Amino acid sequence: MSAMDQLKQIRFEAQAAIEAAASSAQLEQARVEHLGRKAELPNLLRGVASLPPAERGSVGKAANQLRKELEAALETRQSDLERAELDARLATDVVDVTLPASPVVPVGRLHLVTATRREVEDIFLGLGFRVAEGPEVEHAYYNFDGLNFNSSHPARLWTDTFYVSEDVLLRTHTSPMQVRAMELHAPPLYLIIPGRVYRRDSDATHTPQFHQVEGLAVDEDITLGDLNGTLTTFARAVFGDERKIRLRPHFFPFTEPSVEVDVSCFNCRDGFVRDGSRCPLCKGTTWIEILGAGMVDPNVFEYVREFGYDPDRYTGFAFGMGLERIAMLKHGVTDLRLFYDNDLRFLEQFG
Amino acid sequence: MKLPLIWLHDYCRPDVSASELASRLALTGTEVDRILHHGVSEADCFIVGRVLSAERHPDADRLSVCIVATGEGDTAQIVCGAPNVAAGQTVAVAQPGAVMPDGTKLGKAKLRGVESSGMILAEDELAIGSDHAGIMILDEDLVPGTPLAEVLPISTDVLELEITPNRPDCLSVYGVAREVHAATDAPLTAPPWQEDSGSAGRVPGFDARVEAGDLCPRFTLRLFEDVKIGPSPPWLKARLSAAGQRPISNVVDITNYVMLLTGQPMHAFDADTVAGGILTVRRAREGETLTTLDGVQRPLDPDVCLIEDAAGPTSIAGVMGGARSEVSESTTRVLMEAATWNGPNIQRTSTRLGLRTEASGRFEKQLSPEAAMEAQAIATKLMVELCGARVVEGTIDVLEPVGSAPFDEIELADRTVERILGVAIPREECAAILTRLGFETRDAGEGLNVRVPHWRRDDVAREADLVEEVARIWGLDRLPVTLPSRRDAVGRLDVAQQLRRRAEDVLTGCGLSEAIGWSFAAPSFPQRLGLADSDPRSRFVTLANPMSEDQSVLRTTLLVSLLDNVRTNRARGNHDVKLFECGTVYVRREATDAAAHSGPGASERDAAVAPSAQRDAVLPVESTHVAALLTGSLRPVSWREPQPPQADYFAVKGVLAALLDALRVPWEVQAASEPFLHPGRSARILIGGLDAGWLGELHPTIVGGWDIASAAGFELDWATVAQAAVHVPHYRDVTSFPAVRQDLAVVVSDDVTAEEVLDQLRSAGGKLLRKAEVFDVYRGEQVGEGRASLAIRLEFGADDRTLTDEEVGVRRAKIVSTLAERLGGELRG
Ligand SMILES: [Zn+2]
Repeated sequence: MSAMDQLKQIRFEAQAAIEAAASSAQLEQARVEHLGRKAELPNLLRGVASLPPAERGSVGKAANQLRKELEAALETRQSDLERAELDARLATDVVDVTLPASPVVPVGRLHLVTATRREVEDIFLGLGFRVAEGPEVEHAYYNFDGLNFNSSHPARLWTDTFYVSEDVLLRTHTSPMQVRAMELHAPPLYLIIPGRVYRRDSDATHTPQFHQVEGLAVDEDITLGDLNGTLTTFARAVFGDERKIRLRPHFFPFTEPSVEVDVSCFNCRDGFVRDGSRCPLCKGTTWIEILGAGMVDPNVFEYVREFGYDPDRYTGFAFGMGLERIAMLKHGVTDLRLFYDNDLRFLEQFG
Repeated sequence: MKLPLIWLHDYCRPDVSASELASRLALTGTEVDRILHHGVSEADCFIVGRVLSAERHPDADRLSVCIVATGEGDTAQIVCGAPNVAAGQTVAVAQPGAVMPDGTKLGKAKLRGVESSGMILAEDELAIGSDHAGIMILDEDLVPGTPLAEVLPISTDVLELEITPNRPDCLSVYGVAREVHAATDAPLTAPPWQEDSGSAGRVPGFDARVEAGDLCPRFTLRLFEDVKIGPSPPWLKARLSAAGQRPISNVVDITNYVMLLTGQPMHAFDADTVAGGILTVRRAREGETLTTLDGVQRPLDPDVCLIEDAAGPTSIAGVMGGARSEVSESTTRVLMEAATWNGPNIQRTSTRLGLRTEASGRFEKQLSPEAAMEAQAIATKLMVELCGARVVEGTIDVLEPVGSAPFDEIELADRTVERILGVAIPREECAAILTRLGFETRDAGEGLNVRVPHWRRDDVAREADLVEEVARIWGLDRLPVTLPSRRDAVGRLDVAQQLRRRAEDVLTGCGLSEAIGWSFAAPSFPQRLGLADSDPRSRFVTLANPMSEDQSVLRTTLLVSLLDNVRTNRARGNHDVKLFECGTVYVRREATDAAAHSGPGASERDAAVAPSAQRDAVLPVESTHVAALLTGSLRPVSWREPQPPQADYFAVKGVLAALLDALRVPWEVQAASEPFLHPGRSARILIGGLDAGWLGELHPTIVGGWDIASAAGFELDWATVAQAAVHVPHYRDVTSFPAVRQDLAVVVSDDVTAEEVLDQLRSAGGKLLRKAEVFDVYRGEQVGEGRASLAIRLEFGADDRTLTDEEVGVRRAKIVSTLAERLGGELRG
């Protein structure tokens, strides 16, 4: 048999063996048999040098080519087998996909007051306001006098306000920071002041502590129309783009004119809900009171005139809203006391 | 205040429904709480009737069977139970179909077998008065069949108004009529006090002396003789009832009627009981007491203003009368008082005595002295008409000169209106609005000169006040909708605010929910936490007027709030609780404390130069803390983890690490305890060498006080955290020169802490050692009794080159030898 015939024979046998291998082990066996140290092809390659010179070139070339060919076939077969073996293994690895998930640590929630506070802050940040805070235990000067409350105003009564001493009290609103902020910063001033406030009151709609956000804008040309626009923007951001607001004249010692602000009801049509009954949110009036506001009273500027607040040059608006009230309206919470129970079943519904 | 529309219509009658009027008032500054209906409905069914005959009921002694003429020759048979019914009387009749004030509808009925179609009415059945002794007898001139509503105010809508404290003038029917006139432009009649049948001058036999002129700007008296005390006529009773006042007797009813109409309270003295015929207004003396009408003996002080006669005090001025001088059934001479009192002083007195009356509620808002004589004029007319009285010549009138000082004109410039409102309102329109409100205006070139009426004197004093008056009537719904021009205004959170949001987000991301606890606490909390008296956290702020003992002081630590919240949750069946709070604590300032305020707003304010510094010196120190408290399982029980790990020291340390590492705060802990912590599982948190708070498992005895078996937590001072946070991290090259990682196991004595090992390791490793972390701890036979093996992962690297094996080897050798020398550490394995 010529060398070339021998190569043909080897190719035929080796290919058959590779194809026939049904497992990695059988394939390895085929490799050893046909390409291993003692196999026919390596022997033949080793013996090329002893062939007549005329054959040496062609046989050597053909043998090398065959070796490469077989190595490639082995590799292909190897990966086919591995794939088949993996498929077989995966086919038996079946789980009950309906079992509960392996729980990651469930995320906690921000308190509804904090979530609402951030929502309000973000709206006013977008309108160019900054955020400031102030002390909760406050001097009566900042809580009342500097805000133009006369000395006999009923809010000063010990029945309404918590006192620590004659001059020191728990602030009843966030408004004292209006005066503090104006003492520190010359106009223009655009500020909101979120924070905890205290009043001697306790029932389903009053808790002795609650949260407010105060707003203050002082500049050379602030008008009541600007307050109207600012609060319209706010009301739409919180309660929906179709909302309208209306201003009703009111009385606060530190603003003039003073207004109460209503937002159009988002819970009903013309005062009635779907089942035809009167809307519980607006009580059929189609308006919901959300905050108090007004133009900064010139008397308040007089208290801080030395810090750059000339009432003839500057005007300003101020507003104050209850965060819990905004949250209750928006989320349908009916009892204010829930905010301070901190029951996880309540907390986890929001934030 | 209750405003019966039927009464309002005497002075101003806008052509709108009650609800339209209510909303117009609300939008011009008079809040309407609700609209009520007073009296009967289906008023057509109520008519005047005449009793033609009244026979005893055949089967019932107390009932009469009456035939009643009901007009146009018709008659009705009505069974009546009133004892006073008799033939010939003119009476009020309700016919079938009528709806009574309580809502019941009248039908035909049989009473003891006798048909009755209708009802002869008593006063209380019409909600006119409270009289139910018998049927109401009407004027005999009335024609049967006349609708009853033409004769008696049996039906009216009533607006319940909420009047702001600056508008005592609106606590009156005529005052609201003025507002309605301004708001609707419906005509307003002349004031009811315009004609006064009384006269000025001395009153023989009586006099008044005002010794406390500062508390009593005006004191007036009129004398009436031949007074016949009796019930008021139905129209008066009906009005008072509709306004929420119970009718009593004609004289008392007149004082109430005048008060409701004009806003000015009055007081009627029985003139014959005024000892000495002289009334003196003076301050009470120290230690003096007075028994008021309600029978209570009240201690007084010199700030309380009294009225007395020769026999002593008769009433607390402006608040409540005394029993001695009251009008009674036998009174024939009445001394009618109308006075003006100092508002703040009345408020103080009524607060101090805990005595609020209809009168004090008005006086405390400061009425004008002019109103006193307006009231006298109307009272005089009614005393004559309703009590058959004769007004005695003269009026005692003690008037403090200050109260009647002429008031100046206020300028209202056109441009001020536009500057405040953002829209120009024509001058004529401003003038028309102000005139309707009772102001006098005069054109003055650039605007108006405005004179304020006496009833607005305390409320309107400046240009801004006039702008408000104009704006509210002109219509706030017509304002432009604009945004401020916001020159130089940039909205952004400062660094501390951004960090705080980040902190809250990290903690919620770690599975903790945010609680907001009470700032209040019970004064026993330091004791319950085992805090020593000398501990600053025992220096709480005490409220002078708490609502309850449990909420009578302010917390100095968030732990007490969190413990309360965990207990609430456990009591409600939530056993695995993970909460945090970011809130304020309050510590009473000691004399030695710096005056600078370090409250939550400190980042916004430079306390050292704050103008408020002096006032702040008396305030407590407020700081923001961040605290967490965990109890129960860290994760929910699941089929893969039937027994999840419990909240312990290392669990909360993990939360703390997540928080501080997220904020890039360098921190470490040091074993140290607190009275409320487990002595062996607690530590101080150090940030930049500063004590930033505590960390640990709570002491079982302490948490037992909150019905909790075990819990772990931490509390941090937020300012210390925020100051140490790296807000703007600087880039470090991590790709050019790869790091070399190696593990090391070292065996040390059990009393050597991990932190001590790492400290030595870091100092020996030098700056090439970038990281060293304990990743395993082993105790047991292989390392010997009282010893522990720590497995530590080291990371070496340099910013400017890749380290050679030799360089790393040198460092490692140094580490090994340092651990051996300093801590007796042996390399293991
Ligand atoms: Zn609604």
